Amino acid sequence: MPRKTVLKVEIERVSILDEHGNYDAALGDGLIPDADLVRLYEAMASCRYLDEVAFKLQRSGRMGTYPQNMGQEAGSLAAAYVLDNEDWLVTCYRENCGLFWRGVPMESILLHWMGDERGNAMSRAHFATPIAVPIGTQMLHAAGLAWASKYRGEKRIACTFFGDGATSEGDFHEAANFAANLDLPVVFCCQNNFWAISTPGSIQCSAPTVAQRGIAYGMPCLQVDGNDLFACAYAVKWAAARARTESKPSFIEMVTYRLGDHTTADDARRYRDQAEVDVWKERDPLLRTRRHLEQKKLWNSSKEEAMQVRVKTEVDAAVKRAEEIPAPPVADLFNSMYAELPAQLAYQRDTMQTHSLASETAAKAEGH
Amino acid sequence: MANLNLVQAINLALIQEMEKDDRVILLGEDIGLNGGVFRVTDGLQKRFGERRVVDTPLAESGIIGTSIGLAMAGLRPVPEIQFDGFLGPAYDQICSHAARMRTRTRGAYTVPLTIRVPVGGGIHAPELHSDSPEAIYSHTPGLKVVMPSSPYDAKGLLVSAIRDPDPVIFFEPKRVYRAFREEVPEDEYTIPIGKARVVCEGTELTLISWGASVIQCMESVEKSSKSIELIDLRTIYPLDLDTIEASVKKTGRCVVVHEAPFTCGVGAEIAAQVMERCFLHLEAPVQRVTGFDTIMPYYKLELNYLPDAARIAGAIDDAAAY
Repeated sequence: MPRKTVLKVEIERVSILDEHGNYDAALGDGLIPDADLVRLYEAMASCRYLDEVAFKLQRSGRMGTYPQNMGQEAGSLAAAYVLDNEDWLVTCYRENCGLFWRGVPMESILLHWMGDERGNAMSRAHFATPIAVPIGTQMLHAAGLAWASKYRGEKRIACTFFGDGATSEGDFHEAANFAANLDLPVVFCCQNNFWAISTPGSIQCSAPTVAQRGIAYGMPCLQVDGNDLFACAYAVKWAAARARTESKPSFIEMVTYRLGDHTTADDARRYRDQAEVDVWKERDPLLRTRRHLEQKKLWNSSKEEAMQVRVKTEVDAAVKRAEEIPAPPVADLFNSMYAELPAQLAYQRDTMQTHSLASETAAKAEGH
Repeated sequence: MANLNLVQAINLALIQEMEKDDRVILLGEDIGLNGGVFRVTDGLQKRFGERRVVDTPLAESGIIGTSIGLAMAGLRPVPEIQFDGFLGPAYDQICSHAARMRTRTRGAYTVPLTIRVPVGGGIHAPELHSDSPEAIYSHTPGLKVVMPSSPYDAKGLLVSAIRDPDPVIFFEPKRVYRAFREEVPEDEYTIPIGKARVVCEGTELTLISWGASVIQCMESVEKSSKSIELIDLRTIYPLDLDTIEASVKKTGRCVVVHEAPFTCGVGAEIAAQVMERCFLHLEAPVQRVTGFDTIMPYYKLELNYLPDAARIAGAIDDAAAY
């Protein structure tokens, strides 16, 4: 036989609670208890409201560029819910919901986008890495963090989030290859939201699924409905178990949609049709979860109203706290560079202040 | 005391730090079973096992990116990038993350990482195996850049680099790897990062260099009739400006020698610093003897590119006669 098939692959897709309200009780059994589901819904609502507020803050000049998370809340939240609190969460910048569930304060995220590095001064107790702006680079850090756990014989694993665009970056492929070949306990979660700013998924990946990119590295892969909290939880649980017990990576493609612009500096109307956005608005993870809760008699409009008041109070208080933090001392610029400040940097710090003072004095003397 | 070359001195430093500190792990291409292409890590995988001396996939960004994760988790990774010219693929991880993590997180996360890189020309190597990119990384805030020129210094500086709480790029001059041996104590010692060495004292001219060029400078000093003070920087960033200043104020003349290209080389920074600090003491403009603003040539012309004793002597004469 000169030619024979040496590999055939299949990719499974998991959907538990679909956009029409159909719920797969067998797959969803025991995954998320009712009380938790209510809390998870509230967490998504809170994150969504923060997005609205952040947008207005940016438009009114009270915050810098901000990337809205709208539409993508389910994936990172499900991961944070399913993982142990001491598993690494290695995210990019559209995973607020998961980070808040983990305990990262809302004002930290706000502070970061308000142009203050102290927003990224994550407490080490949260096992969450700082917001990663360059695309795709954080997956290698996840592999390294997971490697350190394995090296020390700890049970801690690493779960990393990235977009479909990031799977075009070389670092994604290096991270997948390292994790697979060195047996590192990593859960790769690709939030396929179809758009990398204006670049459509078809320019990132010509294969029928992003999920199969994991197959190339010998990882088991799943595609899930990324707006389905249950399906995301199911997949992360599956991958986390494999990471924890076998010290091996897995790849999950969460199919979702970026309902907002890429950031407040972007205008998505330039490159995509409103009709497409409208389709995805019907698949919104919040809407779906709320309908499911209502169906189960766990939610109603008066609960919704009461929650919206709570959420507004919570978010407004976080904004107030973030805005009340004054700019860091200028010396921080230098003092945060090294454990021990090199002499030539100390000289720059000290003379910069002298020069500033000198020019202020000169300006005053000239009557400005 | 043992009589060691630079390769053996680094090997010994790695052994001693690994024995002392379980957080130190080595990773890179061909460093395990093969002992590295220059044999710097020879025997270490056999000694410490595959858990601590790890052969990685062939991917420089992957090596540095995973090292950053290892370091953020509290380990002390010592990755090897096989050749200077292969730092390119790792540039993003080094400059966008290793260098920035401390300040980005205001110290919540740090990257205590030592990146070992064979550097420079003069060994008849192929393209991209002979470059001197120290200025690029010295221009990147958040990194420290070290380049020893002797086995003794290499051991003491590598120990300091591994223990340093910030990322260090540790350049190992290939031309010196097996050029000579010297007495290297078995006992633990460190050489502080950021401290230059006065190789020989003199009164008429200050000659400043680092890495393999120090050897050519020593030759020039021996042949010269003038009283020359030779400074081996040992660390490129942070610069030991006090040692430079004290010397140039004494001699009034300064020549800087490096393999890397002329424009925006570290020599330019030293010349500017000398002008700012020693202007009224200078008897002549600072001279630079460097590689050219050309691509590092293939090996048939590499000796025409690299500063040699004759070019250095010419610059010394020019500065002295000014």
